[in-house]
Amino acid sequence: MAGPDAFGEGIWAKKKPGAQTGAAGMTKTVFPPSIPSRPTYGVLAPRPGPAHLMIADGDGAGAVLDLVGAGDAGMAAGSHLIYLPGPDGTDRTAELAALGLARFHRAPSFAAALPRLRKVLGDAHMGVQIYLAGSEGLIGQAQREVMEAGLPHDAVQTEHRGTTVRRVQCVHCKGITENVATDPFTCGHCGLALFVRDHYSRRIAAFQGVNIDAEDPGLVPPPVEKFR
Amino acid sequence: MSGGGARIAVRVAEVTEVNALIRRIRFVRPDGGPMPAFSGGAHTVVEMDDHGTRRRNPYSLMGDPADTTGYSIAVRRDDAGRGGSLFLHRHVVPGMDMVISHPVNLFALDLRAKKHLMIAGGIGITPFLAQIAQLAALGGRFELHYATRNPALCAYGDELAARYGGRVHLYHDDAGQMIDLPALLAGQPLGTHLYVCGPKGMIRWVRSSAESAGWPRAAVHHEEFLAPPPGKVFDVTLAASGKTITVGTHQSLLEAIEAAGVDAPYLCRGGACGQCETDVLGCDGTIRHNDHWLTEAQKASGQKIMPCVSRFEGRSLVLDR
Repeated sequence: MAGPDAFGEGIWAKKKPGAQTGAAGMTKTVFPPSIPSRPTYGVLAPRPGPAHLMIADGDGAGAVLDLVGAGDAGMAAGSHLIYLPGPDGTDRTAELAALGLARFHRAPSFAAALPRLRKVLGDAHMGVQIYLAGSEGLIGQAQREVMEAGLPHDAVQTEHRGTTVRRVQCVHCKGITENVATDPFTCGHCGLALFVRDHYSRRIAAFQGVNIDAEDPGLVPPPVEKFR
Repeated sequence: MSGGGARIAVRVAEVTEVNALIRRIRFVRPDGGPMPAFSGGAHTVVEMDDHGTRRRNPYSLMGDPADTTGYSIAVRRDDAGRGGSLFLHRHVVPGMDMVISHPVNLFALDLRAKKHLMIAGGIGITPFLAQIAQLAALGGRFELHYATRNPALCAYGDELAARYGGRVHLYHDDAGQMIDLPALLAGQPLGTHLYVCGPKGMIRWVRSSAESAGWPRAAVHHEEFLAPPPGKVFDVTLAASGKTITVGTHQSLLEAIEAAGVDAPYLCRGGACGQCETDVLGCDGTIRHNDHWLTEAQKASGQKIMPCVSRFEGRSLVLDR
């Protein structure tokens, strides 16, 4: 059988991504090195600009708190934060509301935040600094909107915090399954057993899921919880 | 030699004096066939046999990219230069056969942009003429800010203003007109890309202003061809060819390598593209790095040199060429 090792991503490593707890109690994840397609993230740092737009979910709140803490006294007055609960339900709205940013909007989901985000980007001017923090799904989808607005993909700062669940597109039916925790997993749309690749699409803002038993139907390895 | 890639044999079809400093030269194929397609911002390297001295200078293609019947370049006469522009001003006449390189684009439009903001100084207008023609055909959104010394030297300013109206803004130094760059940069919609071509000081001014105004680096594009600076005479050993050559005061290292019959890669010949990057095998002295290509760390390492614009001072230099 042509196993998924052919992708060279070491997928049979049963190790979960190493998790460490920071001084302030936030969970940061060190992702193992992978193929160039796999997104990497940095640490948010204040940059000079006339305005600051922050989009975060769940534990991304910690990165926003650190960012504003590192910024100068005027940063809050020029900041607009859109925040949503994380895929695991983490909701740190109260801490963020206490930051005193010029604008703070809590949305129940990314879909609910999208009209506001598009309006904000449509009205923004060059020079605005954009910061994305939290789950990979949130970062990827917000980055896609920023790219649609005409900015280069690397013109935003990103910081991953909290859950490592993935947003995965089935390459066969094209359906996207949110919050994938195991590998392989069952496509929420067509029902195929999918191997979760590190191959990522910025345009779709999703990792790619490939049928794992195409050549030997029924020969599906037991799902392993690789993301959580 | 084939270091710069494929060449095109051309004939000079037209020579036009645009103003006191600039002349336009149009090249066509002798057989009337089409020229290779190009995109706005591309340049060609024009080869000259200047009374025994081989010159190769890059010039932006200024024509409409949709027009493949010929290439047009605009040459600003530089009386203090090394002689390429003077040759093109004094010796090139219609009907003359010349050789140019295939087009190369190091200053392309990013067509993902929502708007293109162009800043030109003097002869730096030439790549924008082609880019604007390309964008106008695509219905792209652009705005040009073009600064020159005075109206007489504002090549193509009137034509651009007549054709594109409010999208073209002209500034004349002699009238004390200056681009209000901070206000201009502050008012651009998200997704704007910035392009600058002109004198070194202008490029530095625009890039640093954009950086401090929070513009992302990847949205700021510039083109600056460096002329190889003169310097002291020095010797170089070309290890792969087994030759030792002497580089003259007004000759570039690349030109000296070519004059010795050694085939060396190049494209822009102005320190920008990276094509001529060469490994240094031995260096007892100081490399004078003049390019925009190598990183500061690479320059400090002394293991790479860009022969098109960089020089050497010291006892001995050995290159892997």
